[in-house]
Amino acid sequence: MTDDTDSQDASAQDPADESPWPDGVVEADETFHSEESADPPDKLVEPDEHVHIDAYEKNWIRIAIATLILFFIAVLFAGLALGIQVPSDEGRVDPNTLAETPPWSEPGLRTIVEGEEYDMYIVASRFSFDPNQVAVPRGATVNIYSTSSDVQHGFILRDTNVNMMVIPGQVSKLSAKFDKVGTFDFVCQEYCGLGHAVMFGQIVVEEPVEGE
Amino acid sequence: MLKGRTLQPSYELDKKEKHFVGWHMLVAFSALALGIQFGPLQALEHAGVDLYPQFEWLVNSYYQGLSLHGVLNALIWTTFFITGFLTLALTKGLGRSLKYPVINWVGFLTMVVGLVTAAIPLLGDTATVLYTFYPPMQASSLFYIGLTLVVVGSWIEGLGMYLTFYGWRKDNPELRSPFVAFASLITMVLWQVATLGVAAEILVLLLPWSLRFVTGVDPELARTLFWFFGHPLVYFWLLPAYLSWYAMLPKQTGGKMFSDSLARLSFWLFLILSTPLGFHHQFTDPGIPSGWKLIHAALTYGVAFPSFLTLFTVVASLEYGARKRGGKGLFGWIRALPWTDPSVNAQLLAGILFLFGGIGGIMNASYSVNLALHNTAWIPGHFHLTVASAATMTFWGISYWLVPYVTGKPLWKPKIALAGNWIYFGGMLIFSNAMHTVGLLGAPRRTPLGTAPYVPAEWSGHLLRVGIGGTIMYIGAMLIIVVVAVTAFRRKRFPEGEGVEIPIAESLRDAQATPLWLDRWKPWLLAIVVLIALAYGPQLFEMITSIQNTSPGFTP
Repeated sequence: MTDDTDSQDASAQDPADESPWPDGVVEADETFHSEESADPPDKLVEPDEHVHIDAYEKNWIRIAIATLILFFIAVLFAGLALGIQVPSDEGRVDPNTLAETPPWSEPGLRTIVEGEEYDMYIVASRFSFDPNQVAVPRGATVNIYSTSSDVQHGFILRDTNVNMMVIPGQVSKLSAKFDKVGTFDFVCQEYCGLGHAVMFGQIVVEEPVEGE
Repeated sequence: MLKGRTLQPSYELDKKEKHFVGWHMLVAFSALALGIQFGPLQALEHAGVDLYPQFEWLVNSYYQGLSLHGVLNALIWTTFFITGFLTLALTKGLGRSLKYPVINWVGFLTMVVGLVTAAIPLLGDTATVLYTFYPPMQASSLFYIGLTLVVVGSWIEGLGMYLTFYGWRKDNPELRSPFVAFASLITMVLWQVATLGVAAEILVLLLPWSLRFVTGVDPELARTLFWFFGHPLVYFWLLPAYLSWYAMLPKQTGGKMFSDSLARLSFWLFLILSTPLGFHHQFTDPGIPSGWKLIHAALTYGVAFPSFLTLFTVVASLEYGARKRGGKGLFGWIRALPWTDPSVNAQLLAGILFLFGGIGGIMNASYSVNLALHNTAWIPGHFHLTVASAATMTFWGISYWLVPYVTGKPLWKPKIALAGNWIYFGGMLIFSNAMHTVGLLGAPRRTPLGTAPYVPAEWSGHLLRVGIGGTIMYIGAMLIIVVVAVTAFRRKRFPEGEGVEIPIAESLRDAQATPLWLDRWKPWLLAIVVLIALAYGPQLFEMITSIQNTSPGFTP
């Protein structure tokens, strides 16, 4: 197609109805830069009833929608079938009275089922976690509960899916199962003050002791 | 002003309007020039080179520098550039002057007063709270007052723009609003809707608390209000870039706008969908039920749709122009684009970086995937591809014609501008790739990793690349700022009768053929209210009625 679409017959012979893609042989138009020549016509073009969409773009729209639906199905699959969940609403607590409020008054590990399931309560304060070193047996599932006694902190446990904000006034909870022996760092991932960079702790996963 | 002419008004801004836009550019580039000084300090710190002792006269800590870097670059540079650019696009698009220029001036001056007010505590180290200023970390009340004035000033400028459009509409009831004017208005409306959240956060929660009228604050509610604002904020950065990609870049590359209708449809979708999905910034927050987070995840995929549309339409416009210029082949046409035009070049490179930024953004939004990314170095790696590439590089590209246009002076050393583009682009590839990688390994963001005790040896190669990439970016950005500054302050003017024109592309299909429903405001504005009420209403109501102002303020 050429570029003389500014003339009156443009509306009659709709330029966009022809594909602008004649296999890559749109002719270079010498006059392209010389701009509009014809006088403006005296009648407005009638508006389209529907949005005019190029055939290629229609396909692209289908691909885009299908991709996004597929992604969302993957998210649902990860959540429902694989059980990968994000933190939810776990209730509230007064950050000013943590020292008098069980279980926060005695943070640490609680055994639910020996060797299998534990609750871990961690208080984040500037610039340390309490406790900052916890040992659990291999194969254990640990439900990690955390809150802050002062500003906002974060809790990211390396090599796991545990990553949550720790907010004063709120209780955060995520769980992790430890199938490998080793030391896992948990690190404060939100700026909490000048000592933020030193705020971390460790979960040590040990081989379970037989007969205990 | 009839068919075919609606997108090509011959109107040129008068001297006063050019002056007005020019002032925006001066403030914007000044903020950027200061803000980027901290970039290489941060990047080199990650690589183990601590230069902060040499800059003690300027900042007391990594975090003070980071607060200045974030506020000046992400909030001040963008807001001032965008309001100035949109004023130009609106008046040029409508082909008429501002109806009440005094309103726009009042808005601009309010923004400047706000900037100065916020700058005092930032420079004095009493607002070292980073640009998200999460409570109960508490800044000087001047900081909150300053930010409020910047926002209010931008609202006033927006009002001036709406009144100008309203006057045009009354005179031209039958015409489609010209796309560049339309896109400018959408961007301003989006900004006003978005800033309702942060305005509520500051005025109701933070300001009274920092002034000691109340003793406590509810941090989770404050976060939620902040992120009501935080996501549409990124579209406020992106939409002016999209405006240029859709409607200006095709003109600069010898083509046309591929589809006026779909461009408008994208902008409407961005407007209604960019706000009711802020919980995707709070996937890892306590206090918000996971069901609401999942709904917002789905809505975030919804706003990805107009981005997909934009990708096609913009690339199609470029290809159309490139083939007209003689480009051939499936991908060979890309070479036929005017890569040596610094303005086009900056925007093409911005678009390339944004491909990666967009893909990363979809990953961030993907609910459970977010657990691997949240608050890691991945996140700054990501948003340096969006706000610091897609938006900022496009704004530089725009500046290469805009500054000559408003000052009447030719661009100084286009080749240095071109080199600056490529250098910044190369540095960004290295920097952002390293940040993404080390983030996936678990490195937290906002942390001087050079001194952190838990950094394992396997991160060090990536941290070195952060330092190298960040330094290269800085060199590129400084070259660009120098080019713009010399252009603005040089003596040489265009000879009489010469100059640059504002590039505005025609639509391939007559804009007047665009269906009427894509040029009607009321249904879309109603849609945004309904969507926000549905997506935010119940949870926000729950959080407000159970508010617990238990957190006193803390200094860093």
